[in-house]
Amino acid sequence: MRSEILLIILGMAAVTFLTRFGAVALLKQTGLPTWFERWFKHLPTAVLTALIVPGLILPQGWIDLSLHNHYLLAGILTAIAAYLGRNAMLTMGLGLISILSLRWLGI
Amino acid sequence: MDEYRQGVRDSLPVMLGVVPFGITCGIMGLSAGLTPVETVLMSLLVFAGAAQFIGITMLGAGLSGWGLIVFTTLLINLRHLLMGMSLAPYLLKLPLARQLLLTFSLTDEAYAVIMSRTDREGYNANYQMGSSWAFYIIWAASTTVGVLVGSYIPDPLAWGLDFAMPATFLAMLMPRLTNYVSIAVCSVAAIVAVVGAVYLPGKWYIIAACLAASITGGLLEKEDKHAF
Repeated sequence: MRSEILLIILGMAAVTFLTRFGAVALLKQTGLPTWFERWFKHLPTAVLTALIVPGLILPQGWIDLSLHNHYLLAGILTAIAAYLGRNAMLTMGLGLISILSLRWLGI
Repeated sequence: MDEYRQGVRDSLPVMLGVVPFGITCGIMGLSAGLTPVETVLMSLLVFAGAAQFIGITMLGAGLSGWGLIVFTTLLINLRHLLMGMSLAPYLLKLPLARQLLLTFSLTDEAYAVIMSRTDREGYNANYQMGSSWAFYIIWAASTTVGVLVGSYIPDPLAWGLDFAMPATFLAMLMPRLTNYVSIAVCSVAAIVAVVGAVYLPGKWYIIAACLAASITGGLLEKEDKHAF
C-alpha cells in the first residue's frame, strides 16, 4: 500500500469521526441547553425529507418533473402506499415493484 | 439480544438499497487507480458513502493533495454534527466505549432508522448498535464485492434497486406528518433540499434543509405554546 494514499484515507477517517463524535464531545463539556429539545424535535423529519426528495426530483442531478422520471412516479405511488398502509416492508416492496415495472415497461 | 436483532431487522430494507452504492464504490476505487485493499480499507475506516465517492473522484483526477481531499471530506460530513446533537441526550448517558462505537458508526441511514424507532418506543442503545453495525458490515461487504467482481457488472446503480432506500424512508416519513408543524417542516426541507441540490456542492443541501426546517419547526412550536 502506498503511504500517500494511506495518509489520505487516515485523514478522511479522522475528520469523519470528528464530525460524528464532535457533538457528543462538545455537549459533554457544556451540558444540554434547555432550548435543545424544541429545536431538534423536528430534525428526523427534516433529515428524512432531505434524503428522499432530491433523489426523486433530481435522480440524474437536474430537476426532472416529467413522466420519464421513474423515480418521481414510483416515489409518489410509494408515498401514497406508505400513507395508507403504514407498513414498512409492504411499502418498500410496492416501491421496488413500481420502479422495476416502470423500468421494464419503458414508460 | 432482541434489541440488537430488531435494529438489524428494521434496517434490512435500507441495507438492500445500500448494496448498489457499495458495489459502485468498489468499482470507482479501482477505476480511480486505488488498489482493492486501499478501496476496502477506505470503506472500513471512513464509512461515509458520499465522502468516499467524492474523495475517490478527486484522487482519480490526480489534481488534489491531502489537505483538499481531507477538508472536502470534513465539509461533506458536517451534517453528522446535527444528527449527533439530536442523539446527544441519549448518547451522553452511555459509557465512553459505547459512545465511541455508536458515533463512529453513525450514518444518515442508521439515523433515520433509529429515530423512527425512538419516536415509537423510545431510544435503545442496543438497537442503535445493531442497526449501525449492520450498515457497516453491508457497506464493507458490498465494497468488497465491487472490487472483486466490479468489472463484470455493467452499472449497479441502473438496476433500480437504489430505490429501496427512498422507499423505506418514505415509509418512515409519512406517519410523522400528523400535524401542521411537521407538514410545514417537511415542506420547507423539501424545497430547500431541491434548491440546494441544484445550487450547492456535495451534500450541503442536507445541512441547508435541516437548518431551515429545524428553525421553522422551532419557531412554529414556540408560537403554538403562546397560543395556549
